[in-house]
Amino acid sequence: MAEATTQSENNTNGIKIPVLQREELILNKRSYHWITERICGVVEGRQPFLWWILFIPSALIALVGVVGGLTYLVSTGVGVWGNTNRVMWGWPIVNFVFWIGIGHAGTLISAILFLTRQNWRTSINRAAEAMTIFAVMCAGIFPAFHVGRVWMAWFLAPIPNSNAIWQNFKSPLLWDVFAVSTYFTVSLIFWFLGMVPDLATIRDRCKPGIRKFMYGIFSLGWRGGNRQWSHYEMAYLLLAALSTPLVLSVHSVVSFDFATSVVPGWHTTIFPPYFVAGAIFGGFAMVLTIMIPARALYGLHDMITMKHIDNMAKIILLTGTIVGYAYLMELFIAFYSGAKYEGAAFLFRIDGPYWWAYYCMMGLNVLSPQIFWFKKCRENLWVVMAVAMCVNIGMWFERFVIIVTTLARMWLPGDWKTYSPSGVDVLTFVGTIGMFLALFLLFLRFLPCINIAEVKWTLKESDAHDEDKKAHPDDGIEVIEAYQYELHENPEGSAREAGIKIEKSTAES
Amino acid sequence: MSTKVRRVYGYLAEFKNASQLYKAAEKVRDAGFKKWDCYTPYPVHGLDDAMGVKRSVLPYFVFFGGLTGFLTAIALAYTTQVGLYPTVVQGKPANIFTTAAFFPVMFELTILFSGFTVLFGLLALMGLPRWNHPIFASKQFARVTDDKFFIAIEARDAKFSAESTKALLAEIGGDNIELVEDDSE
Repeated sequence: MAEATTQSENNTNGIKIPVLQREELILNKRSYHWITERICGVVEGRQPFLWWILFIPSALIALVGVVGGLTYLVSTGVGVWGNTNRVMWGWPIVNFVFWIGIGHAGTLISAILFLTRQNWRTSINRAAEAMTIFAVMCAGIFPAFHVGRVWMAWFLAPIPNSNAIWQNFKSPLLWDVFAVSTYFTVSLIFWFLGMVPDLATIRDRCKPGIRKFMYGIFSLGWRGGNRQWSHYEMAYLLLAALSTPLVLSVHSVVSFDFATSVVPGWHTTIFPPYFVAGAIFGGFAMVLTIMIPARALYGLHDMITMKHIDNMAKIILLTGTIVGYAYLMELFIAFYSGAKYEGAAFLFRIDGPYWWAYYCMMGLNVLSPQIFWFKKCRENLWVVMAVAMCVNIGMWFERFVIIVTTLARMWLPGDWKTYSPSGVDVLTFVGTIGMFLALFLLFLRFLPCINIAEVKWTLKESDAHDEDKKAHPDDGIEVIEAYQYELHENPEGSAREAGIKIEKSTAES
Repeated sequence: MSTKVRRVYGYLAEFKNASQLYKAAEKVRDAGFKKWDCYTPYPVHGLDDAMGVKRSVLPYFVFFGGLTGFLTAIALAYTTQVGLYPTVVQGKPANIFTTAAFFPVMFELTILFSGFTVLFGLLALMGLPRWNHPIFASKQFARVTDDKFFIAIEARDAKFSAESTKALLAEIGGDNIELVEDDSE
């Protein structure tokens, strides 16, 4: 693929300039019908055994951790969490920032990559948006219960209560309420509208019955007429344009919770960009963590190709390096500003009782992604998975370092405390992981996990203006069987090899 | 004995691929039809021009939706913070000069209202949800969300005629031409 094999088509003076062949987004020249079969097949067929193996424990963990843990918390009191006086935020806010950050990759893929015309996003945007929704749901649990008396959580909303007291609009905590709820709502609208044509595809394939009825209801009677598509495309563009500043604002506002307080270690202007880069970084790691197994589970190798994984690995490398720069710049400014409290706060992080958390953060977030400079590492799924897991853990530790080490050592030595989480803390957090996975597995089971219409749009023959690129003959079912056969015989994906071969032979002829 | 009256919806014709559909759409447009549509499994770029469909007016709706959100936020912030219940925390007052502190809420509500306007504006413009459209009576039409391309010319169109419209669709390369009839009585 590296050699210049094709000629550029659009030059007027007749000189053929060799250009580099673009890698196909969908391998093996798949037809429209093949794509429909493949993606709808995930929803229509029986789930693989592994699905149940993953779903049952996830659902149980969610039940025990989230439902059980929170029931215990509400019936006993918020004191069952390990929060202490000084480290009042503790694990709940660590987990909140962790989960809300995860969501950002989904919006980046669906909105920012759309605006920048990165067509490779079409294979992964649906699942990444689902991940956003579920991550924000997990995130929302923590501040809601952290208020102490959860039945008073409505005090967060700007509604006058019986004492005619209004919320303080100068508080970043109120900004957070607006930012997170707007983010969730707009992400949900984006996700749902993006899914309408694909739900119609499933509707049209269903036999009459409850399934057809349900998919019919949610596809709103979509007909795929161009007079609909025309408005639909505009709506999609508008939502992308709205979501782009929104996603940047959400983690900026989350960082204001820290940055606007006069606390050494928090009171820095670098926080908003640093948090946003970290959120995208952590989010892409989570996308890879859930997409690589899903891709293997349902054999989606032709649509989620190594190119997609390669691109995501590169984004992890980029954002991880930005995060590393932010860590070092924080340290440098703490030294260079001459502010002794700031300096002491950072020395405490490095050299205090939480040194291990600091080195976990540094090692896992800054060093581990650097391996992606090597193409071999980006092509090895085990390495990619390992780095993604490192980043998931590392980003959780980043929030732990920021919140716990800072609150444990504020201004007055009399306030200094060490913090450790309680069992209920751990239970609730693990419960949200179970909840996240269970919701994602249900998503794979019931909804089209790849954007069918947009993937079709990226195919070469979808261009209405090119005579030579004719539609492929319908190769439907037989190809799927042959493909599954290939998968079993050669799990490393002979399909990919085949794709490259086809590519070369057409280039030579 | 009741007699069933079947209303003709129009003609439906299948086209082989996007470029054939594109060319056919230009011809239907030039023939002067108004109430017709191209049905495709994915958005075909350029088809708007081929059909003579104007650019969507949705952005204008969304602008006013966003403006409403922005004004709502200003009203909410100033009424509650300056008028009804000024909270003075850490010696920071609440007045016209503290506007900067209200920016995040103004921004978020602008986006939120715009988002809702996109959703409801889009549904209104597309005429959805509508679950009972007569075109669903066609059996072959179910493949439109999979891999088939269709043009449907409605009987409501002033230029529609049972023979010449069918002939036109055949002439521009339409296959499986079908007279779609409404099932309702």
